[in-house]
This record gives sequence, C-alpha cells and structure tokens, in this order.
Amino acid sequence: MTPLAQLLPGQSGKVVSLNPERVVDQRLMALGLLPGMVVTVVRRAPLGDPVEFAFNGAEICLRQSEAADIWVDVAADCPIPRPPKP
Amino acid sequence: MSAAPLPRIAVVGNPNTGKSTLFNALTGLRQRVGNYPGVTVARKSGTCDLGGGRLVELIDLPGLYSLAAVSPDERVVIDVLLGRIPGEAPPDLVLVVCDATNLLRNCFLAAQIAELGLPAVLAVNQADVARERGIEIDIPLLADRLGTAVALVSAWKGEGIADVRRTLLRGLDQRPVLRRSEWPEAIAAALAEVAAAARDATGRDIPPALAQRFLFDSAPTLAESAGWAAPAREPALRAARDRVRRAGLNPPAAEPLIHYARLRRDLEGVVRGTGRESRSAAVDRILLHRVLGPVCFAVFMLGLFWSVFALAKGPMEWILAGVDGLKALAAPSLEGMPMAQSLVTDGILGGVGAFLVFLPQIAFLFLLVGLLEDSGYMARAAFIMDRLFGWCGLNGKSFVPLLSGFACAIPGILSTRTIEDPKARLATAFAVPFMSCSARFPVYALMCAAFIGPQHGALWESVAMVGMHLVGLLFAVPIAFILTRVVLRVRPAPFVLELPRYQLPKVKDVLWRVWQSVWEFIQKAGTIIFALTIVVWALSYFPRDEALAERARAVAVAKGADSAAADAAAAAAQVENSWMGRMGKSIQPVFDPAGFDWKLTVGVLASFPAREVIVSTLGITYALGEETGADSESLYAAMREARWTEGPRAGTAIFTLPTVLALMVFFALCSQCGSTIVTLARETGGWKWAGISFATMTTLAWLAAVAVYQVGTALMS
Repeated sequence: MTPLAQLLPGQSGKVVSLNPERVVDQRLMALGLLPGMVVTVVRRAPLGDPVEFAFNGAEICLRQSEAADIWVDVAADCPIPRPPKP
Repeated sequence: MSAAPLPRIAVVGNPNTGKSTLFNALTGLRQRVGNYPGVTVARKSGTCDLGGGRLVELIDLPGLYSLAAVSPDERVVIDVLLGRIPGEAPPDLVLVVCDATNLLRNCFLAAQIAELGLPAVLAVNQADVARERGIEIDIPLLADRLGTAVALVSAWKGEGIADVRRTLLRGLDQRPVLRRSEWPEAIAAALAEVAAAARDATGRDIPPALAQRFLFDSAPTLAESAGWAAPAREPALRAARDRVRRAGLNPPAAEPLIHYARLRRDLEGVVRGTGRESRSAAVDRILLHRVLGPVCFAVFMLGLFWSVFALAKGPMEWILAGVDGLKALAAPSLEGMPMAQSLVTDGILGGVGAFLVFLPQIAFLFLLVGLLEDSGYMARAAFIMDRLFGWCGLNGKSFVPLLSGFACAIPGILSTRTIEDPKARLATAFAVPFMSCSARFPVYALMCAAFIGPQHGALWESVAMVGMHLVGLLFAVPIAFILTRVVLRVRPAPFVLELPRYQLPKVKDVLWRVWQSVWEFIQKAGTIIFALTIVVWALSYFPRDEALAERARAVAVAKGADSAAADAAAAAAQVENSWMGRMGKSIQPVFDPAGFDWKLTVGVLASFPAREVIVSTLGITYALGEETGADSESLYAAMREARWTEGPRAGTAIFTLPTVLALMVFFALCSQCGSTIVTLARETGGWKWAGISFATMTTLAWLAAVAVYQVGTALMS
C-alpha cells in the first residue's frame, strides 16, 4: 500500500482505504473515491502542489496534505510511472 | 399576477452541469436576485411558463456535490429543500440537473435528494457533449430505474428545453418520488434513534434526510442550526454511530458506499460507451504545463487587466464629460442661488459622477472574469496559484478577486463568492481593498508629477509608482495570515477543486450576470455613497461667511490677482472657515507626525467617501478653483510653494520628499471608499467586518505614513 500523495504523475492505483473521519475524505467519497476505485495522478501544479487526480469521470485537484490519508495499491496493470514531460 | 402563489420548483445539481444555463433558458429574463436571510448567498428565482399559461417559480440553488453541508452555499440548499428558510415552505418539486458525461457521480446527489421524499424529476444536460464523445444514454431505462420522469437536454444549444418543460409539468401533476436506496438494518435503526433523540431535544419533527445528515456528517453545522446543542447531541450520536460500527460499517463511509453500489446497479445498461478522451485533456497539456502553464496564465491575466483599463477608458471619459456637461447646463439656471448651485454641481452631480465613473471598470471586469470562468479556465488558474496563497489561509481562488482589486475593490469583493471556504472567502474579501485600485492612481500621479519626477527624474517616478502598487500587497498577505491563523484560528479548509471541461462561454448568460451585479451595486451601494457625498459637501460648504470671503477677495485683488484668482481665493477662505476646514485644523495635530498640514488634512478627511476627491479638494484649498486635475501645472506650483506658517517648521516647505511619500503611502493603505465599505458589509453579512476593515486599514495607513515621514526626515537631516 502507498499513500496517494506519493504516486507520480501518470501512475494509477486502486483505492484501499480512506480516513472517513476527515471532512476532505468525506467529500472525496461523495465524489466517488471509494475503496476499489481506480485513481490516476494526472499532474502536479507548476509549483508542485496541489495535484490533479482523475477518478470517477472527473478531474479533481487536491493538496498533497489532503491526499495524505488515502492509501492505494499500485496495481501491476497500472501504467509504469513515467517522468513528467519537460 | 394572480394572488395565488405559484408552484415552486427548486433546481439543484453539481457544479459545472450547465444548471444556470438551463435555468436561464427556462426563465428568460424574468428573474429576481435577492439574498437568503442571514447568509450572503444570492437567491436567484424566476418565473417560467410550462405551457398553456401554467406559470411556476423556479429557484436556482447553488451548485453542490453532496448534501453534507460544508459551505454556506451548501447549507442554503438543504435548508431550502427541507423548508427551513424562514417564510418559505419546501419546494413543490425538485429538478435535479445531471451532466450526461458523468451520470454516475451526478446521480449521487439525486440519491441524496431521494431521501428527502420530495417529488423530483431529472434533467440530463449537456447531451450534445455526450453525443460528441460517443456516450449514449437510455433515457426511458434511466427513468424506469430511478422511478421518475427524465428529460435529455442541451441547455447550451437550446435543444430539449420543451422536453424539460413537459417533464416539469408531469412532475407537478404526478408528483413522482425518486427511488430510495435500501439501508441496512443497523443504519435504519440508528437513524430512527437519531431522529427520536433530536426530536426530544428540539421539540420538532426531524425528517429522515436530516437525521441522515446528523448521523453521517462529522461537521455539526446542520445539527447546530436545527437547535440540537452539543450536550444532548454528542452522547446520542455516539451511541447511534457505535451501533452502525458494531454492524461492521463506518458511519461517514456508509452513505456513499450504499448509494454508489445501488447507482452502479441502476445505471447498468443505461450508459453505453465509455467516452473518448475530451479535448480538455489536450488543452490542459499546454495550459497546465509546468513552464507554459504559468506563462499562459501571466499572459491571460495581463491581457485581462489591460483590456479592462483599455475598454473602460472611453466610457469613463464619457461619464466624466457627461457629468461636466450636466454641471455646465445646471449652473447658469441656478445663477443667483449660490447654495442651490453648489449643492447641485458639487454635491449631487459631483457625488453621482464619483460613483458612476468606476462602473465601466466594474462591468468590464465582471464581463471578462465571467467569460474566463464559464470557459473553465478559472479553476485552472486556482490550481496554478494555490501554492502561492495557501500558506496564508487564502487559496488559489483568492487570486482573481485580488487581481480585480487592482482595478476596483468592488468587483474583487463580489467575486469572492466563488470561494467555498467561508474563512478563506472572508480573508480574501478583507485583503482585496488593500490592492491599489485605480482611484488611488490620481493621487500617485499628482505627487509623482509634482515632486518626484521634477526633483529625482523619471526613473524614480516610475519606481515610486510601482512601489505604491506593491505596498498594499505587502500588507495584505500578512494580514490575511494573521486573520485566518490568529484571529479566526482555523485550519486551512479542504481544497477540493474540480477542473471542469473547457467550453465556449455563453455570452448572453455572462452579460446577464454582469448586468445583475452592476444593477445590484447601483441600487445597494449607490444610495449610501450618494448620501455620504452630500454630507461631505455640506460639511465643506457650511457655515458661509460672505464678509470673510469678500475680505479674501479684496486681499487677492490688492495683490494684483485677476477675477478668477480672486474668486478662487474667496472659495478657499470659505472652505477654511467651513466645518470641514475647522475639522481639518483641529484634527491636523493627529496628522502632524506624518507631515500633513491642515490643508492636506482637509483633503484626507474629504476623501473618506471616495479617495480620488483629494485632488479637487487640494485644488480648492490651494485656491486654484475646482477644475483642478492631477495634471495641473498651477497646482504643482502652488504645492511646491506651500510653507509651514507656524510651529518649529515655520517657513520650510510642507511638501518635502518624506511628506510626499507619507501621503502616497497613506492613500495606498487607507480605507477611503464608501462603496467598498458598503460592499464589504453586504458580502460579509454585517457591519462588523466592514468596521474592522475600516479601522485596520486607516490605522495602518496612519502608522505607515508617520513611519515614512519620521524615518525619511531623520535620514534627510
């Protein structure tokens, strides 16, 4: 298991757990980020934070501190992390 | 209009579903904008003819993802739907607007609405985009699965609007209720417990949907507003949540898990085609690129800003010319009635002019920001800028209001409405008036052209100009930090930002919003500013002493002045003798440490309703007549020759470099704008924060001006 915040741009993972006590996580669950959902890191903002994620048909930006308590499995069939394009 | 109230239909949906475009298409221009009591959330409603003369009232509610209310906007939605707004019954029907390209997520809100038990119908919007991306939706099957009428519509293209009308009619006639999710026994029992405990504590019936919010949401806002106080609430909720946990479920997670599991089943076979990658992704590879992104951002923002000034310049000149024309027209007809003449030309027309002249900037800012917002770019701008603002309690969405503040604080403060987090919204609204608005420009221009330019050269003149524009920013950011971290003591609110699909903005919708905002501003702020201007006029007009004025005129004539100069000398004597002049003299000791004489003090006092008044006020007190502008050589000369007449500095020049800088810094920081104060009070829901803003800015301005003058004088001696 890896914290979602540690995934690199281009990497995907399957959500294992969230922290339901956190208001952010509650909002994300309402947006469909539930265990089993595949989430992809699209890119980081030019200054490194926040991070753009794609899941459940939408692009959602989160600060890294907010993605800290979300754990994912980086599945074998997920794309190999590629370095961000220059 | 008939006396019987119209059936009321609430329009709800996720943000970026095209809900407002649909609302506009249904209601046309028959809209009213107001405010919900006690909160600064706009209440938009309009009438719609469903066909055959059946009129209904549509209420456009703020966009939201979930009924779990975090922001004031979201709380208003659940309050309206539950009929908890004073004087408003629950709506007769709910229209849930969904985005056809992301039906599953949009239906989560519909599933929560189902729990309310209100009659509801669906409009699946943006059908054109879905079709383009190869997504097909089986509408009859969806209607069957959800148990209600569903219309497929493209509000942007105006396709399917008639179908929405028919669906609304069916909704009103048949009152269909959305199918509810099935709750496990433990949750059903816990909900019954919560409802009973809340009913016992508050003495009111608790609808099941509200009991769900109490049980599932960790934020207690809705329970508090229902009057269920913590001492009774916490043990009851703990017991109910423990019951849910014993059944192996987690209360906050249970709701989305159950709704989504059911919706996945319901939507099976309804949506066909996964959808090709949208063009937005390709555009974002450039606009959010780590290098090109910020470059594009800077270009857009500079372009926006330049356009506002360029577009507004002409209309501002027309307004000024128009007001001057009216003055010239009115003055002769009031000849022989000096008081009425002064009241009309200086008071009424001057006040209206000072207020109207900034309307073009306000309108163009709203227009361009509105176009960028509807195109989907503003969310990207917030994504790019969040890091810069996040640390001080603001967020990425604070950038646009702050930037707008450099043209005019009013649209800046009004555009903080897009910030969901109430604390960040307040802090941003508080920081906006610090930005150096265009009304400060004449003051800087006057001081730079009269003193800094001639004495230190064009380079230092531009350094001073740029510096003055940065002073406000320098103060605003630490103040936002102090406000959010020390005064309000809040952790930064979650920043969950959706990047919507790019789309061509609908110009008609944006123009309509611009008109609504501008008209609201004219109505709400105009009257107060007008009254303030009349008060300042009266203070500087009364009491009249004609004998004194005649003596001043005689002295001027004896010195060889022509008749215009003699008139100006008489006017200056009247101002010196007026209440404003007397106030200036008695308050001057306060401004003495900043190097201001009584004439500058009068200028400062007279500028509190509108800061640009300083230039014409200085024109009057320096006996140059009223038609003095910031580019008037005679004013420069008079100011350069001004000397202290008494005290330790007697005989030395008033306008030394430290005085000039102190005056500019004072105007950069001081809260001298009636419109801003009124707008701030309206947007923060009361006079408290407007008062704090006024006190903070004015105190800071004084402290900074004194510091500049004292340090400057010490360095130069």
